[in-house]
Amino acid sequence: MQMIIANTLVDGFVVFLTDDNGWTNDIGKGALATNDAEAATLLAQAKAAEAANVVLDPYLIPVVIENGNRKPTEYREYIRATGPTVAIPA
Amino acid sequence: MYRYDEFDSKLVNERVEQFRRQTERRIKGELQEEQFRPLRLMNGLYLQLHAYMLRINVPYGVLSARQMRQLAHVARTYDKGYGHFTTRQNIQYNWIQLKDVPDALADLAEVEMHGIQSSGNCIRNTTSDQYAGVARDEIEDPRVYCEIIRQWSTLHPEFSFLPRKFKIAVTGSPNDRAAVKVHDIGLRMHRNDAGEAGFEVIVGGGQGRTPFIGKTIREWLPPEHLLSYLEAILRVYNFDGRRDNKYKARIKILVHQVGADEFRRRVDEEWEHIKDSALKLPQAEIDRINAYFAPHDYEPLQDHSAALAEQGKANTEFAAWLKANVANHKVQGYAIVNISLKSLRQPPGDMTAAQMDATADLADAYSYGELRVNHRQNLVLPDVRQSDLFELWQKLASIDLATPNIGHVSDIIACPGLDYCALANARSIPIAQEINARFQSMDRVHEIGELTINISGCMNACGHHHVGHIGILGVDKKGQEFYQFTLGGSSDQNASLGDRTGPGFPADQAVDAVETILNTYVKIRNEGERFLDTYRRVGMSPFKEALYGPA
Repeated sequence: MQMIIANTLVDGFVVFLTDDNGWTNDIGKGALATNDAEAATLLAQAKAAEAANVVLDPYLIPVVIENGNRKPTEYREYIRATGPTVAIPA
Repeated sequence: MYRYDEFDSKLVNERVEQFRRQTERRIKGELQEEQFRPLRLMNGLYLQLHAYMLRINVPYGVLSARQMRQLAHVARTYDKGYGHFTTRQNIQYNWIQLKDVPDALADLAEVEMHGIQSSGNCIRNTTSDQYAGVARDEIEDPRVYCEIIRQWSTLHPEFSFLPRKFKIAVTGSPNDRAAVKVHDIGLRMHRNDAGEAGFEVIVGGGQGRTPFIGKTIREWLPPEHLLSYLEAILRVYNFDGRRDNKYKARIKILVHQVGADEFRRRVDEEWEHIKDSALKLPQAEIDRINAYFAPHDYEPLQDHSAALAEQGKANTEFAAWLKANVANHKVQGYAIVNISLKSLRQPPGDMTAAQMDATADLADAYSYGELRVNHRQNLVLPDVRQSDLFELWQKLASIDLATPNIGHVSDIIACPGLDYCALANARSIPIAQEINARFQSMDRVHEIGELTINISGCMNACGHHHVGHIGILGVDKKGQEFYQFTLGGSSDQNASLGDRTGPGFPADQAVDAVETILNTYVKIRNEGERFLDTYRRVGMSPFKEALYGPA
């Protein structure tokens, strides 16, 4: 399975493309492509959003479902999706 | 310290307003990303793994308390309440939002700070010795020359589009605390046979994927010719440096390819034309800048060492801090205090807004309102009365800034790595924190003695791994984080590049490997011998055998 990951233009935070062609910070609410045709459709929508200056650099990432949660399979994308693996100073 | 004149202020304020308009146009969609990217980078704004990142210069590592408070304000108002001090003596904010950047830059401009030339193929922030002006071994204050270089290199029209970025470092002391031999240009002050102070000029040092120790192309340069000689070097580089391949575009590649003698010849040929031009620095100009860095009005004080030793006997934690974090000051009765940003609880170089504010207050109370940032991602209070040390230590301890580990195993340089950086292949911070946790016994830390561990999360080497006594490089090996080790690196006056131990280790074995290396060292060292000295004496074999078994 695949999802679209990107950064929003205005705040820069990581977002995922949703089924209704919007964007969410919550990976659990992002659209899932289960085959190449669906992935191509999502990517086309995302590229249109990039051209419309909504997001930056969208691309597809492979994900798996683990215990009901989406998890990017590559650790770089996992960290990108879930934030730094170290505690933020507070 | 230096204060902006009307030209500096005008330049920075105009840039803020220009970038504000550019940002507005970008958000409205009037500028596309490929048009906007170079404009934002010219102001220090990157897009990283999770968000935008704003890099702000701390010129040659010198900060006033007022500036530190403004850095805290920016962290609190526009970011997640913290900032990250880097190996370039700069600060980075990891979560800044594009819409807020112009306001943040306007706030920083109020205290004479900005992100201009903190990115891109131009002359970056000149870095220096964190003990500048207060070190006992210093010949002249390097900040004076750093400031002169800053003024010369700021928006220098000829050098705004170099083949690649360009970093200059200056030390005014024979003991190099500024790593000048691993910069594009390193300037090391020393005296010639006639006793006059001048610069050894070292060119083509650098780290990254092709590390080099710089080569000396002039043994002694009179300060009056500093700018003309720098200009000649930059001109040769700008003309002859490669532009076809960004990995071969740094000056180190050019110097290595043509050789130091040929490079020197080209520089000298160019220098002949401009040596006595308007670039020549009259003594009056050097004196004018020097006045900004005039020594403080130090009080005549007695040496307080005996009393400190007594306080140390009564309090071993204070004694450990005194030994590791406090350095000699050139004026009797004063001390240089290093503030470790390497506690167990925070990533190396990170500081919360509350810590920044508190540190600014301590600078005001104990150190003439001044602070320094060093390239090992720590801070310095340069002018503390010895008699205030105990009180200051207590206050630092109360905000988790008194870890007594400067120059020791847990005083680790670590780049942001894959926790933040879009270029990284592996994480750095968790390895640093694991090492720190493994070496929590300060007795053990001090028993191991002087040691630098430097960690980079990719071959760009922002974590200076090539010049760590122990260097750790994170790599991606078939989708897993692996860590390669180098031993014997150093960035001081006897700089050397580390040697690879052999194959890397998976993340869960990396800290064990550090321990193996250090246990081996402790076993074979001579009395009083630092890790680096032992390595230089015995070479790789015992360490290799300990790590990988008999060959």
